[in-house]
Amino acid sequence: MKYAPNARVIRVMCSGRVDPQFVLDAFALGADGVLIGGCHPGDCHYMEGNYKCLRRFLLLRRVLRELGIEEERLRLEWISASEGEKVRAVINDMTETIRGLGPLRLEAPEREAVEVEAS
Amino acid sequence: MRQPAGKPKVAFYWCASCGGCEEAVVDLAEKILDVVQALDIVFWPVALDFKRADVESMPDGSLLASFINGAVRTSEQEEMVLLLRRKSQLLIAFGACAQIGGVPGLANLWDRESIFHRIYLESPTTVNPEGVLPQVRIQEDGRELSLPVFYDTVRPLDQVVEVDYYIPGCAPTPKVILHAVQALLRGELPPRGSVLAPDRALCEECPRRDTKPEKLLLAEIRRPHEVFIDEGKCLLAQGLLCLGPATRAGCEALCIQGNMPCTGCFGPTSRVRDFGAKILSAVASITGSNDEQEIERILSQIPDPVGTFYRYSLPASLLRRRRREALAEGKG
Amino acid sequence: MSMEGKTRRITIDPISRLEGHGKIEIFLDESGNVERAYFQVPELRGFEKFMEGRPAEEMPQITSRICGVCPTAHHMASTKALDALYQVDPPPVAKKIRELFYSTFMVEDHALHFYFLGGPDFVVGPSAPPQERNVLGVIAKVGVEVGQKVIAMRRKLREILAAVGGKPVHPVLGLPGGVAKRITPEVQKQIQAVAAEAIGFAQFTLEIFHDVVLQNTDYVNLILSDVFTHRTYYMGLVDQDNRVNFYDGWIRVVSPDGKEWARFKAHQYLEVVAEHVEPWSYVKFCYLKPIGWKGFIDGADSGVYCVAPLARLNASEGMATPLAQEAYREFYATLGGKPVHHTLANHWARVVELLYAAERMRELADDPELTDPHVRTLPTATPREGVGAVEAPRGTLIHHYQTDERGIIQKANLIVATQNNAARIAMSVEKAAKGLITGHHIPEGILNMVEMAFRAYDPCHACATHSLPGNMPLFIRVRDPKGNTVATLRRDFDGSIHRDA
Repeated sequence: MKYAPNARVIRVMCSGRVDPQFVLDAFALGADGVLIGGCHPGDCHYMEGNYKCLRRFLLLRRVLRELGIEEERLRLEWISASEGEKVRAVINDMTETIRGLGPLRLEAPEREAVEVEAS
Repeated sequence: MRQPAGKPKVAFYWCASCGGCEEAVVDLAEKILDVVQALDIVFWPVALDFKRADVESMPDGSLLASFINGAVRTSEQEEMVLLLRRKSQLLIAFGACAQIGGVPGLANLWDRESIFHRIYLESPTTVNPEGVLPQVRIQEDGRELSLPVFYDTVRPLDQVVEVDYYIPGCAPTPKVILHAVQALLRGELPPRGSVLAPDRALCEECPRRDTKPEKLLLAEIRRPHEVFIDEGKCLLAQGLLCLGPATRAGCEALCIQGNMPCTGCFGPTSRVRDFGAKILSAVASITGSNDEQEIERILSQIPDPVGTFYRYSLPASLLRRRRREALAEGKG
Repeated sequence: MSMEGKTRRITIDPISRLEGHGKIEIFLDESGNVERAYFQVPELRGFEKFMEGRPAEEMPQITSRICGVCPTAHHMASTKALDALYQVDPPPVAKKIRELFYSTFMVEDHALHFYFLGGPDFVVGPSAPPQERNVLGVIAKVGVEVGQKVIAMRRKLREILAAVGGKPVHPVLGLPGGVAKRITPEVQKQIQAVAAEAIGFAQFTLEIFHDVVLQNTDYVNLILSDVFTHRTYYMGLVDQDNRVNFYDGWIRVVSPDGKEWARFKAHQYLEVVAEHVEPWSYVKFCYLKPIGWKGFIDGADSGVYCVAPLARLNASEGMATPLAQEAYREFYATLGGKPVHHTLANHWARVVELLYAAERMRELADDPELTDPHVRTLPTATPREGVGAVEAPRGTLIHHYQTDERGIIQKANLIVATQNNAARIAMSVEKAAKGLITGHHIPEGILNMVEMAFRAYDPCHACATHSLPGNMPLFIRVRDPKGNTVATLRRDFDGSIHRDA
């Protein structure tokens, strides 16, 4: 499967396992975008996992927007194990979108430059 | 741990704080006398002599513990925290502001410029045609004055110095405080980095827990002023956003006893890195629909997710603050 | 001091290292007399900005975090602003519960100040050594039994606050249109018992004031001295008969000669109150808008005004309860009529108010309607804008909210108790410095006097800059015309004094 080299893939057993903390951690550690791929509604091996993911995603997107992170940087796609082509297409599409937005450039407080002149 | 000769020396100090933590100590009432007898309190409001110069000249590590409340907001507070860290064997973050940033941490949705703009220029009662702003260095008629730097970002203590223990709460209750102080005196402290309160969710000690349904799903989310609030039933079951399921226990559910929902002031349990995200997850879990449109409708009944989920913990969260570019562009 | 790490560079001038205290900078001229004194508040948190975007109904609990010593004051002003915002009238019992809760809090806070905060100044005495000028010195003066009584009284009052409002530090009872919880017959009995005890306690405190303070001629002379006197306007909340009321009514302002200058409802405050900014302090200075800012000066032509116990008594025509009214009469008879301009008389006025708060607490506790369960009126109107005012222990407190149609705060403006006094405090400090420091001579204890001028206002800088707590530590520095430091004095949070000269 070939997709843009800038994508880092992290596998979990179910999209319901994707804790919002993972997403925030990814952004904090330097990711410019996060894509969550889950099984189609009704296909979840664990019954409700992908629906839980959907609910969290919708709420998390609002929080990110309030914190100044554009909605397009977080994306949820329903992709089944056999849809390799779709995975490639979505990743490439999202890469283009993120390129258009530019790097996220979050500053940790330690990098806050504060200078006060000594007398 | 070295045992200094005589009674162990402790210090109480505050940064960007409201004084509620200090009041909580005074609320120990008669029990305070036991505490005062067992400790040599080097400085503490209303108590005995404190000489800062003496503290500065003390050997490093000669204080058993410093209890510091309040978040770090100015250059001067940062300096005091660094000083006390050097002088103390143990540094204890006292209260929500010191632990996770507290309510003043909501200022991380803004920066110095936007805050100054509102307070000193835009406010409807402020008359300031020349646009005067507070300055760090002021020269007036040949006289020099100064103010500490007001940073853009609020920080909890552990983003400035290493913190040994945390006493949670806004404010911590007298019971939690007493328990922590007694553990300190008996040398019965848990591993460093621990929060000195029970490590379980508030729901487990809530007086209304028997009325909390096994499977809880909300078709509607209510704001407290929109509904009559039953004085006996689980608040979450009544559709109110009570953060009990995600918040650390130890407060004896005082707000619930006041018939209002928990807002999360005791912070997270130990297995959580980002408290607001945890709360978000818990709220999403009980949203009663799998249909995208309906989910959006229910969630739209939470008018301010960031303020609700991160009320006390924004500075300690993974993202810490609103992105600066978003402020510059006028977004957010 | 310099810190270099990562890409951050902070250089802090060593002279400014001792901040976080209220700072007083005194500048001498060539003759060694005081040219100018500045009172600086070095703290700020920015509540008025980060309240934007928050649901209005959360404001009672968010704004209470402005001050943990008087959270109830913010909580109540905020709750009343919500009533106005939603155009909803609480049922009668809810108003009674709120005022009862508020009176209980006022008893507790005024007592806290008398015994723990301001008390050391005047109970122990201004010339007492620093080691004795703290609560333990007060207890030594009045006796250990009294000390235990004070602690027990405070505890019982705090228990009432918890029973009615959830918790004493940052209560939860306030909602637009009512309160969160009703009062049961058991709790009513508990309140009645404590209220009765509170009245006795207040009378006892007044006796202490008479026996210990008024018998101390040094202190009485200080109270009456010109150094601690300012002739300004006075502001306070009054009821329909112009008697002091902490919870509701009209805001009344009297001129320096005691005549009524204004009487208005909270929502009209924009026409009366304005704020002035100086670059050397984070706190803004309130003044009367129609008169204008003329600088840090006294008199009828200056917009500077004063709030808190002395101002409230001056701005009123009496107290609404019998024992307090008697104490009020005695206060003015002793000090030579109305208005009283002596700043240190605040301590006495505070005890008069303590008595009123206790009597009012009992009146409300005895009300048969108090246990009525109908404590809420649900709002139905679309919110837009609302103003609420109460009398905080330290003065008039105003909350003003503008929201969208969902009740989300768009803009907020707060006029906070001690802020109203900021200008007068600065003037008191400068006047005391000028009056007491002359010809390069800085006698022992003089800097303490300067500090007393400031402490009489019981300033809560947590509120004033919406930043620091009540018993503010203080740093005073005296410099000669070349800028060299001649003397420094520091008072820490615990009340202890340290000087280098």
